[in-house]
Amino acid sequence: MPFEALLATCLCYVALMFGVAYAADRAAAAGHVRWLDHPLVYTLSLSVYCSAWTFYGAVGYASRSGLEFATIYLGPTIVFTGAWWGLRRLVRVARMHHVTSVADLISARFGKSNRLAAIVTLIAVIASTPYIALQLQSVRLSFELFATSRPSENGALGNTAMWVAGGLALFTILFGTRNLAADERHHGVVTAIALEAVVKLAAFMALGVFVVWGLADGPVDMLRRIGDAAQDPRFAGGWVLQPDRWTALILVSGAAILTLPRMFQVMVVEAADEERLHVAGWAFPAYLFAMSLFVLPIAVMGAEILPPGANPDLYVLTLPAAAGQDLLALLVFLGGFSAATSMVVVCAIAVATMVSNHWLVPGWLALRRIPAGEGTDDLRGFVLNARRLAILAIMAAGWTYHQASGGAAALAAMGLVAFTGMAQVLPAMLGGLLWRGANRKGAYAGICTGFALWMALIFLPSVGMGGDLPVPAGVDPWTAAVALSLALNTAAFIGVSIFGFPDPVERLQGLSFVSAVEPIRHSRMARGDDRAEPLLAMARRVWGPDAALRYFQAEAQAQGKSGFLPDLTPRFLTALERRLAGSIGSATAHAMIDRVAGGVALTVSDLLQVADEAHRAKEETQRLEAARSELARTARQLREVNDKLTALSVQKDAFLGQISHELRTPMTSVRAFSEILKDSSLSDEERKKFAGIIHDEAGRLTRILDDLLDLSVLESGRAQLSVTAANLHDLIARALAAASATRPERSFVIDRDLPSEHLGVITDADRLLQVLINVIGNARKYCDAPYPALRIRVRRPDTGGAVIDIVDNGSGIDAGRQSLIFEKFSRLNDPAKAGGAGLGLAICKEIMETLGGSISYLPGQGGAAFRIVLPARPPVQQA
Amino acid sequence: MQPDILMIEDEPNIAEAVRFILSRDGWQVDLHVDGAGGVEAISTRRPRLVILDLMLPNRSGAEILLDLRQAPDASLAATPVLMLTARGDTEAAEQADAVLAKPFDNDELRRLVRRLIRA
Repeated sequence: MPFEALLATCLCYVALMFGVAYAADRAAAAGHVRWLDHPLVYTLSLSVYCSAWTFYGAVGYASRSGLEFATIYLGPTIVFTGAWWGLRRLVRVARMHHVTSVADLISARFGKSNRLAAIVTLIAVIASTPYIALQLQSVRLSFELFATSRPSENGALGNTAMWVAGGLALFTILFGTRNLAADERHHGVVTAIALEAVVKLAAFMALGVFVVWGLADGPVDMLRRIGDAAQDPRFAGGWVLQPDRWTALILVSGAAILTLPRMFQVMVVEAADEERLHVAGWAFPAYLFAMSLFVLPIAVMGAEILPPGANPDLYVLTLPAAAGQDLLALLVFLGGFSAATSMVVVCAIAVATMVSNHWLVPGWLALRRIPAGEGTDDLRGFVLNARRLAILAIMAAGWTYHQASGGAAALAAMGLVAFTGMAQVLPAMLGGLLWRGANRKGAYAGICTGFALWMALIFLPSVGMGGDLPVPAGVDPWTAAVALSLALNTAAFIGVSIFGFPDPVERLQGLSFVSAVEPIRHSRMARGDDRAEPLLAMARRVWGPDAALRYFQAEAQAQGKSGFLPDLTPRFLTALERRLAGSIGSATAHAMIDRVAGGVALTVSDLLQVADEAHRAKEETQRLEAARSELARTARQLREVNDKLTALSVQKDAFLGQISHELRTPMTSVRAFSEILKDSSLSDEERKKFAGIIHDEAGRLTRILDDLLDLSVLESGRAQLSVTAANLHDLIARALAAASATRPERSFVIDRDLPSEHLGVITDADRLLQVLINVIGNARKYCDAPYPALRIRVRRPDTGGAVIDIVDNGSGIDAGRQSLIFEKFSRLNDPAKAGGAGLGLAICKEIMETLGGSISYLPGQGGAAFRIVLPARPPVQQA
Repeated sequence: MQPDILMIEDEPNIAEAVRFILSRDGWQVDLHVDGAGGVEAISTRRPRLVILDLMLPNRSGAEILLDLRQAPDASLAATPVLMLTARGDTEAAEQADAVLAKPFDNDELRRLVRRLIRA
């Protein structure tokens, strides 16, 4: 097939993948996740296990070592057969703690230690780089083999690997770093991977069917040929069963499915819930079985038909090509391409998450020493950019490694090398899940021991540095190295854990992981509300302003409070930390929350007592806890209602007194001056002046009465709306002009985003204008900044309508009074400064409610900030 | 120069009316517009009468009156005070020599001032 045609086919295929990923992301964003969340999509995405190494290499493996290739499928099959018993627990614990990667899991379990996570990340990077290089290599080899005409030896073809790496980096950045959602799921990527899984399987099965029924004479004939081949000394010297080596291979591949970064990503991080393991438990082994069914026939037939020098790793391509089946060969080529690309994309996402969460973000935080809650640093942007940078770096490393290593031989073994490297995390991972006594020092000791031995005995020899382990004759050096590294790793982990003593945070996390229940947190005590606002500010920088506000409001409501600021109960802090962990890793989230909320350390024995009691009676505790919090919630609601009623009654008295004062003051001037005017001895000038005062004060009386009337009409629900279409930009401009009469001597900087203001709204424009003038006028009146400025931002939410944020740069309103400002006569500052009777915001609130929207105070914005929310349409009025 | 009357009132129009009415009777009226510093203003200017508004920003007229009555200087503490109230409640103005509710009759004001200064 000509190079150009092949390239075009690949590009079309890649474009299809982009399209599928884009469509899936769009569907997920619109909330249509039903089929995206299907357990079969999840199962198919697990097939990212079958990389190019398995797709091409399994046949080569079988050609060299007979049935041994099957161990690579047997390990995962055994693990998944027990999925409902074992994997479910892993997925549950990981989701409960919003774990983002295997490094994060280890860190979360062992006292949220970022150093531990950084070491696991290092292993992942070292193991993954050559593995990615291997995928690039397979794509380049298949291209070289398949393209009949070559444009030039060192031209476009020579750079295939670079183009592939670049394209995949682009794909990964586009679909892998779209957002920083707390649950870290990537619907687009997963759906594309699932589609590639289908292509892989279809291609391999089609080739198998062709080999068995097209080249051989059916299954019986095929089995006879395999039997002959097993006797042939030229073919597959290793048909002898080596129990020790097989055991090691099954163990390592079983470990790989748990610990490889890409497997953890699709299996744990992308899992919506643990229920899908029901289906995956049988469907994934079935997929693996189908993928392995035809490996041996293809290997045997390849050896029979193809010339002796042919590379068995490429039999799957050369066999159909030699038989003149070009279309089949193209399908197989796309299957191999799918296997390579899906592995690279998921691996890059997983490793980039680790690198950014455990290397870049902690480093940045340590360097910046950002004060929590303050400043305008956009942490969210930094994390996303760090992740993009990490993806580029990982791709570049893979490509560089591929260029530097050159030959195929050096790379072929990299799959197994990567498996054994990540397997070193397994003792700490399983120990952490199953054994309460496991602790951080033990995890350090085990992982570091395993890592060092793996580097010395397996990784460095595989890249040509250092020699194999010196072993007695008859012992397989690889098996010995695996056994030695895992055994010493486990021994160090258990030994140090037994003699070390865990710190309290660790002890509680250990309890939570082992019993898979919510831990009871006592390490941070609830403090006053004054810390809630900095926490909100911090969360806004990670999730963006709206998501953070929504979360805080929901939490406050769950506690039975109104407004945006929940109490800092241990329960809330724990939940907040977990959610943040989903975005920036548990160690970083822990450190950030501690910096804001502060920590009160209890004694170790206190904590152990708590932990033990919780463990013994966890059901009872949970039940009591639920009942108690329900009671507490009800009590709090009652108390809040009662407080409000008392306050309302006091306010009512104050209201009458206030109204008396507000009305008597202008009346006093009117009466005094009108009496003076009756005196004929006044000069014309005096007469004119006094008449002017009477006029002004009469106007003031009218305004107060108007406000009261307006409020009573709005409150009684009798207000008639005249609904029209209006442009928000015009309304804001009119409001600004009208409000500029308030304290005109002060120059006010107005910051608007004009293009976004041009939103059409359907509402009562005059009423909305009244609200805008009031809020802007208040800012002009009360903003106490030396250089007052006002920021106005408008946007249209998904639900339609509009959201208008009006924020000044003054000192804002105290948290305690934020819920009072919308009450009648609640003028906060000194009355002399205000022109009205303190009814403005109460009227605004009534108007917005009549219009079907709302007005609320936004805490944590720096100055006084109001959010006006307008629905798509005002509610239908009853006549 | 020592004024006859010191008025503490934050509403400029009411202050202007009172000052106009009383100045035509020959009284000299000084003005202080804030509750804060009210007692200091009285002790430095030593007026013969204080007209005090009950609702003042920062410090209410009742508080100023309380402070004045507790002043160590006996003659200062005994300064006559006419309290202006908008609320009609006289409770807060118990220690005042006279109370005048807003809105008031101009002649009533003049009468009260004459009586208090002579007393």
